[in-house]
Amino acid sequence: MEAFEILLTASFWVAAIRIASPLIFATMGELVCERAGVLNLGIEGIMTAGAFAGWLTVYAGGDLWTGVAVAAMVGALFGLLHAALTVPLGLSQHVVGIGITLLATSLTYFTYRIVLPEVTSPPKIEPFQPLPIPLLSEIPLVGPALFNQTPLTYLAFIAVALTAWVLYRTPLGLAVRAAGENPAAVEAQGLSVTGIRMGAVMAGSALMAVGGAFLTMSAFNSFFFQMIAGRGWICIALVVFGSWRPGKALLGAVLFAAFDAYQVRLQQLTGGMVPYQIFLMMPYVLSILALVLVARRATYPKALMIPYQKGER
Amino acid sequence: MPIDRMNPFLPLSRRGLLKGAGATAALAAGAGLPNRLLAQEPIKVAAVYTVPVEQQWVSRIHKAANTAKERGDIEYVFSENTSNNDYERVMREYCEAGHKLILGEVFGVEEAARSVARDYPDVAFLMGSSFKEDAAVPNFAVFDNYIQDASYLTGIIAGAMTKSKNIGMVGGYPIPEVNRLMNAFMAGVKETAPETKFQVAFIGSWFDPPKAKETAFAQIDAGADIMYAERFGVSDAAKERNVLAIGNVIDTQADYPETVVVSALWHFEPTLDHAIAEVKAGTFKAADYGVYSFMKEGGCSVSPLGSFEGKVPEEAMKLVAEREAAIKAGSFTVEINDAEPKSS
Repeated sequence: MEAFEILLTASFWVAAIRIASPLIFATMGELVCERAGVLNLGIEGIMTAGAFAGWLTVYAGGDLWTGVAVAAMVGALFGLLHAALTVPLGLSQHVVGIGITLLATSLTYFTYRIVLPEVTSPPKIEPFQPLPIPLLSEIPLVGPALFNQTPLTYLAFIAVALTAWVLYRTPLGLAVRAAGENPAAVEAQGLSVTGIRMGAVMAGSALMAVGGAFLTMSAFNSFFFQMIAGRGWICIALVVFGSWRPGKALLGAVLFAAFDAYQVRLQQLTGGMVPYQIFLMMPYVLSILALVLVARRATYPKALMIPYQKGER
Repeated sequence: MPIDRMNPFLPLSRRGLLKGAGATAALAAGAGLPNRLLAQEPIKVAAVYTVPVEQQWVSRIHKAANTAKERGDIEYVFSENTSNNDYERVMREYCEAGHKLILGEVFGVEEAARSVARDYPDVAFLMGSSFKEDAAVPNFAVFDNYIQDASYLTGIIAGAMTKSKNIGMVGGYPIPEVNRLMNAFMAGVKETAPETKFQVAFIGSWFDPPKAKETAFAQIDAGADIMYAERFGVSDAAKERNVLAIGNVIDTQADYPETVVVSALWHFEPTLDHAIAEVKAGTFKAADYGVYSFMKEGGCSVSPLGSFEGKVPEEAMKLVAEREAAIKAGSFTVEINDAEPKSS
């Protein structure tokens, strides 16, 4: 019974949305890349780079929003590198993606140490603070969860709406989706598949980087080397879970985060009878289950991971 | 110089190695000078860490080594963030480069590290390890942060400060060095508040402050009004929710003046200084240096109350002073319990 009551507490839902926020950004980023036909396994590294770049900007005296912008820019740069290798050159997206992750994480830490050679504890910044939205934040349960978060969390939801709108309601979105389904058709329209795919990967990578920056600028206030801790890989699964649709992917991110918020609370109830590893495992196991149930009927972008060479038949 | 030096996969140790290379060159140049007194030659010490030097545990070793370096006792180079699969290679490079004392933490590479020690019998190894010394590897000594004395005393203070009689504890992994301190802390709490309920959680990571923070939030939601801050992130949650925290290994009160009541501090200096003396005397041997982290050796202490001066009940502080004296005198021993602590 107590286990159920947790679900009715506002603090649980606040935590769930907070945990979901970085996942939402990065999932949208991955989704945009994949809809254009490019699997971006650089996500984990790009998130690390974004987390560091945003934090460093603020630490160096920039304001928080400048930090977010710098993080997005750094993400887009790594996206450009990824896209340059995978789109015009048509290299293996798996290999390039893993390479980008390794490069971005090591380069990030290298830069960290160059900038801060002699620190005893990781320096802190003043992070984003919760910004309650008048009236809406007064609603029981939903209010605190959705309308008493930091501005970056609001931005995450805006990013979902924007992604959905661009993908389904604009010619640009149509072109992006077509590049992932049938690039020859895009070419026939006189559009550049290479250009669209590269743009999508850069935009998607920028979103991933902002997701990373959420961790250092909103969820926490300093940078740690391994703090992305596999969140990027989760987002790859969330895109599949969401059948490559922004709305469903958002649902997946919130669901995963809710499992995570739930397990830490449940851990306290059992009085140490159940090994803690079971709880830590729970969100992942449930995600796999959900993936099995939901993703079986998912239709993936037909040209995903297939490089496009102009004029090739 | 081993050709391996040029290996591009060398993890972030280039700075340390460059320093080392520079030091080697300087030493080579100095060796020709006749007025150089051999006895005052600083010992060449190299450290290999698997985490950045900001990590609490390693930061204490790093600090002690830098202190010894400033004193002129040692030359000190280090590699941080060395992954376990690289660990043995980096150790061997330092041995090849002529370092006389190797420091580090071999929790993930126990056997590999000992095989290096067997190959370099003239080099002294002082390594953080879950195991004990082995007579078969006479140049390999072990240590760990046996600061249960200080943890116990901070527990006494925590017990006196908790109003809800509910204490939250967030740890990384339940390994002996974590468990030992948690158990000693809990034993201390029971001295002043025997009916206290403990919430114990592990986050399965050493470096995930957002996760540690979320876990701490959950425990505070469940009624904890004091957090045992084993990981970065826990004190932040306590600060945001206006509850208290007890620090561990390092003193973080400066960052959280309204939150961190007191910390159990680890001092690596006695451990390192003892090893330096042994190496200098040529008597370094396999031993368990864990005892040099005990309070009576000066290896750990309770931080000053600082901003909480006068806010901790006096009887509790009296008990702390009394037990501290007894521990130092050897008439009171804090139990070393490496079992995984459980929520109650």
